[in-house]
Amino acid sequence: MRPICENHQVLTKRIIACLDVDDGRVVKGVQFVNLLDAGDPAECAAAHARDGADEIVLLDITATSDKRTTMLDVVSRTARGLFIPFTVGGGIRELSDAEAVFEAGADKIAINSAAVKDPALIGKIAARFGSQAVVVSIDARRVNGGFEVFVAGGRTPTGRDALQWAREAADCGAGEILLTSMDRDGTRSGFDCALVQMVADAVSIPVIASGGAGSAQDFIDVFRNGRADAALAASIFHFGIENIGQLKLELRAANVPVRWPC
Amino acid sequence: MIAIVDYGAGNLNSVKKAFDYLGADVFVTSQPEVVAAADKIVLPGVGHFSALGGLDNTGLRDAVLQGVNAGKPFLGICLGLQWLFEGSDEAPEFAGAGILRGRCQPFPPLVKSPHVGWNSLMVKGDSRLLRDVAADSFVYYTHSFQAPVVEATTAASEYGTQFSAVVERENIFGVQFHPEKSWTVGLCILRNFCEADL
Repeated sequence: MRPICENHQVLTKRIIACLDVDDGRVVKGVQFVNLLDAGDPAECAAAHARDGADEIVLLDITATSDKRTTMLDVVSRTARGLFIPFTVGGGIRELSDAEAVFEAGADKIAINSAAVKDPALIGKIAARFGSQAVVVSIDARRVNGGFEVFVAGGRTPTGRDALQWAREAADCGAGEILLTSMDRDGTRSGFDCALVQMVADAVSIPVIASGGAGSAQDFIDVFRNGRADAALAASIFHFGIENIGQLKLELRAANVPVRWPC
Repeated sequence: MIAIVDYGAGNLNSVKKAFDYLGADVFVTSQPEVVAAADKIVLPGVGHFSALGGLDNTGLRDAVLQGVNAGKPFLGICLGLQWLFEGSDEAPEFAGAGILRGRCQPFPPLVKSPHVGWNSLMVKGDSRLLRDVAADSFVYYTHSFQAPVVEATTAASEYGTQFSAVVERENIFGVQFHPEKSWTVGLCILRNFCEADL
């Protein structure tokens, strides 16, 4: 069956399953702390792909704070047999780190702290691997009526404005923005649609909304009101609270175009 | 033996991995003589059209064209499909192969660019590449320029405009999307190419 067309386009909204990995295991925290175990990354990725995930993101959440590079063996084990787009983030500080992660089987890399420190890194990786392979991940928190960028897994405030940084990242050659609301992360209280809409309207590259997914209605809201191109969730998928296939049926019923059957 | 042509543009691991998964005899090469010795040629590519300049300066362009002219099955993926056309407004100084008429252009301004994500295929005619692929199947795209719908177009997708998703003419095949990232649909398409006998 054809997806419902909006504005003459049938590009679907993507549902992305995120694996937050710590010490080789998938974990999920609430507002970036209190980690719970959710399983083996390769097994989780394959299960999500079978369930209908449009894409997989693997974030090595303690790489930057532990000052080490990404766990390449986990990346390569997860990439094997995964034939949907696969993004890897965490611990990528320079071009050679990105090269190693691509070599291990990632299709895209996500950079966060290192891009804030050196925005030219975005262009360097894009020049070698293409903009489509560079996702700039932004962790934002509401501060004094605005949104401030945090780095090092949400541990360090930067004093930078999230909207301004998103624009700059796009200008530097980012292919997509992965925008996480730290206020909503792990709370299952809904995406921060105001934050997402502000950034989605300001840049021409796709914006992936993250942080706060708790129900199908939250996804409907962030696609409609937040104008997100994709939405990412972790805990609700790992713990089986929301089945991706069921979620897509509910999105279809609400006339949100999704890849189906998948 | 399938040669994946490495001309320095991007990451070819995913393409190789998908062919490996299908049990194909496949290797990645940047040497014109190895391309010349292959039975089938895959020209992948992501990013800017100017990356195709890497073909021109290395003898790879001639090796690929000779193979194509000799009737070897050829599959262009993403930029590899665009290369089959005369050129692209993205980098007018670089010539495409000119095997298909027309030029690649940006998307109309009414849609956001790049076009990233899963879009459906509208089948236009008999397709060997899409054998056993259900009508309206979804495939994964990521690109900023698009190739026009031409006589060789066997499937199109729509994003602000209709563009070539799949082109086929004799031994020449091209896909704008990434079959190696398009789950079971993509693997089916790659298997059809592996089995293409001419």
